[in-house]
Amino acid sequence: MELLLVILIGVLYASGLYMMLRRSMVKLLIGLILIGNGANLLIFLLGDLSKGKPPVIDVALTAFQNAYADPVPQSLILTAIVISFGLQSFAVVLLKRVYMITDTDDLDQLNSDDQDI
Amino acid sequence: MVIAVLSGLLVSLLLLLLDFNKRWPAFLVSLYPATLTIYFLSYLPGILYGETLNVSQPWIPSLQTNLDFRLDGLSMLFTLLITGIGTLICLYAAAYMRADPKLRSFYAYLCVFITAMLGLVLSDNLILLFIFWELTSISSFFLIGFKYEDPASRKSALIALAVTGGGGFMLLSGFLLIGSMGQHYSIQHLLSYPPILTNDSLYPLILVFIFAGAFSKSAQFPLHFWLPGAMKAPSPVSAYLHSATMVKAGVYLLARLSPLLGNQPYWNYTLMTVGGFTMLYAAFHALFRTDLKAILAYSTLSALGMMFFLLGIGTELALLSLVTFIVVHALYKAAMFLITGVIDHETKTRDITKLGGLRKVLLPLAIAGVLAALSSAGIPFTFGFIGKELIYETSLAALPFAFLLTAAVLVANILLGYAGFISGIRPFFGELSAEHREVKTPSFWMWAPPLLLAFAGILFGAFPVLSQDLLHQAANSIGASTPLPPLKLWHGFSPVLLLSVFTILAATAMYLFLKPSTSRLQWVSRFENYSPKAIISGVAAKGKQAAASYTHTLQNGYLRIYVMIIMLFLIALICCRIFDHLHFDIDIAALTPIGIYEVVVTALIIVAIGMILFTHSRLASIIAMSIVGYGLCLIFVFYGAPDLAMTQFTIDTLTVVLFMIVLLRLPAFLNLSNLRIKIRDGLISAAFGLLISVIALMVLQEPTNKEISRFYADNAYPLAKGKNVVNVILVDFRGSDTMVEITVLTIAAIGVYSMLKLKMNPSEKE
Repeated sequence: MELLLVILIGVLYASGLYMMLRRSMVKLLIGLILIGNGANLLIFLLGDLSKGKPPVIDVALTAFQNAYADPVPQSLILTAIVISFGLQSFAVVLLKRVYMITDTDDLDQLNSDDQDI
Repeated sequence: MVIAVLSGLLVSLLLLLLDFNKRWPAFLVSLYPATLTIYFLSYLPGILYGETLNVSQPWIPSLQTNLDFRLDGLSMLFTLLITGIGTLICLYAAAYMRADPKLRSFYAYLCVFITAMLGLVLSDNLILLFIFWELTSISSFFLIGFKYEDPASRKSALIALAVTGGGGFMLLSGFLLIGSMGQHYSIQHLLSYPPILTNDSLYPLILVFIFAGAFSKSAQFPLHFWLPGAMKAPSPVSAYLHSATMVKAGVYLLARLSPLLGNQPYWNYTLMTVGGFTMLYAAFHALFRTDLKAILAYSTLSALGMMFFLLGIGTELALLSLVTFIVVHALYKAAMFLITGVIDHETKTRDITKLGGLRKVLLPLAIAGVLAALSSAGIPFTFGFIGKELIYETSLAALPFAFLLTAAVLVANILLGYAGFISGIRPFFGELSAEHREVKTPSFWMWAPPLLLAFAGILFGAFPVLSQDLLHQAANSIGASTPLPPLKLWHGFSPVLLLSVFTILAATAMYLFLKPSTSRLQWVSRFENYSPKAIISGVAAKGKQAAASYTHTLQNGYLRIYVMIIMLFLIALICCRIFDHLHFDIDIAALTPIGIYEVVVTALIIVAIGMILFTHSRLASIIAMSIVGYGLCLIFVFYGAPDLAMTQFTIDTLTVVLFMIVLLRLPAFLNLSNLRIKIRDGLISAAFGLLISVIALMVLQEPTNKEISRFYADNAYPLAKGKNVVNVILVDFRGSDTMVEITVLTIAAIGVYSMLKLKMNPSEKE
């Protein structure tokens, strides 16, 4: 499974970068989200996979008796997901705003020299 | 002494309080160098007995940079030149620049300069010396560019700063090398416990750095061209900075370091060659000039060359003649510059072919001019005569090249004498032109300083015993140890006297038969394209061009180009690094087995990504994105991360809803790129993805460190009474992180809300 995930991470990063290199603002944002997902998955993978063993202690016990999934990457990813949502929602609203003012989604048309400002 | 040195900075600030529309503040400022002169004169008796004065004040001890000052013979000599001439310059400028609205800043720069110069000659710490060295460059920049409305003035100031600043950088490198080899930055410490510098393989490198610094500051060939340009400065500045004091900083530095680095073939021959060449080159150039200040500038260059030349000969006699010549030159050259300033001020021209007969209207200055010219030519009973005799004695004793060196010095002296006659005597004799008949003698403050300087040249010349002790002490402090010969007026009949007489006769003959003319100036200007100035400026211009095109390529304002360049660089860098170490050794059996669910989910995600990449519909891409998110969600579920799955699920749903609401009404994606760009981007992206995969594989081979995870798992219940370890980490062990995270989200929420609520003024919309 690890190999499969390695491939998936590569695809996520590659497609994310490709989308970031487009001229459309929306695509830039989508690319950002894809790379973010790829990064989350990478962290997850590096914490060693263990199938069906959540890091939750059994109700009857006070400590782990057998193997468990690594809790540290999970808490890292959880934080990352939430924060990236904050970023995305702000970006998407900002993007809408820019579109309303400039009537364009094309990043190149937003370019202006310092003298123009 | 620390206060005395640094007080100029305070004085320049206090000038803000004075009203320079009146006359008295300008004279008040002159009290500053005058006080310093008296202060340092009070130490003179001690210095003449061979004492030194050391002061040390901690500043940055961890960098071995302290306010270490040391007053010995050489420093005393320079200090008195700086403060004494500085006083006269301040008084002179009060009259010379009376109408100038920027008088306040002029005096502020001048005070800063005096501080910098005093610090330079008194510092006993290499780093401190470097700081003052740079400060002189900077204050000189402001003074050269003082008439900043004039483009030529600005350009000259910039060239001077570029040359001396570049040299300063080299100097710092040299100092750091010396410091790291000697384990100390105190000059005295280095001199008393000399590290074996001269045998070290780094010695030539140190010499290159130190020479580059000294030659750029003291304007030696091929870095000499900034000095004639610096004549754009007001005349008092030219007299003070570019003749009497600052340009001698390079000479001072090498003299100071000569016990440490000197008496080696590299040192001697480089100095003799560079100094000798500059001495002759500049003296010949002075022949072709018609601008009084240009003549003085080139003769200053020549004199500086002679100082390095003497330093290169390096015998004890050479050191004595060096310090003598420094004083001789400072006195007559400062006087000549001030005289030229008055002529320029009163007649509005500095063209030597148009000036003549001014003695009828400017009598005091004519006297000063003649006296200065006599001293520069080395007529007996002037200080210049004593200096010249010493130089000839030095060169005649410098075996095995005595003949060659004497010839070079002779030619240079004749030309210098000629230049002195031209600038000191010629404007005052001959026919007075009609337009200058109305010229009036300027105020006392403008003619008294040059007259005083020129008279000092005669006084020291007629009574050499006045200056002898100080000059001996100065030479002693840079390595001359045996008893030095006394300064004498009459040496008896000797080859030296013959040379002196010949010099005077030849210079006089040249003055009588060779008139300055513009045609010769035009002739020499044909070679301007091959001069070091033209070449170095050309290189600088090309460099600027290259920098501009480089910046335009890399910083073109397109976000995706930036991303692309960064990624390409990253890919190249990491590829180079990991290429050697690339070996996969993965134990397939140890991996988690692949089930049908996982394969299906992964395939689903990849298909969705493909859809994002190729669809033209915004709606489709948003939905595909949500499929990617939900797919990841399932993977989290399979591999024991229910919390993650839940979060991902919630967030993904929210994102889709938000995108739908906000972006639904935007137009479909336009096809903005052509196929070639798409392929290019595709290749870069693929390479990047591959790289990440390779890195992931490489990391997978490493054993993971589970110590932190184990700590949390073991302590989740005992310490935090929670059984879901992920939750415990987030809200308990790392609770404050989560708190901050919530704050970030709140800020984002406020941003989103305010942006949605913002009603825009129609006029703001383009």
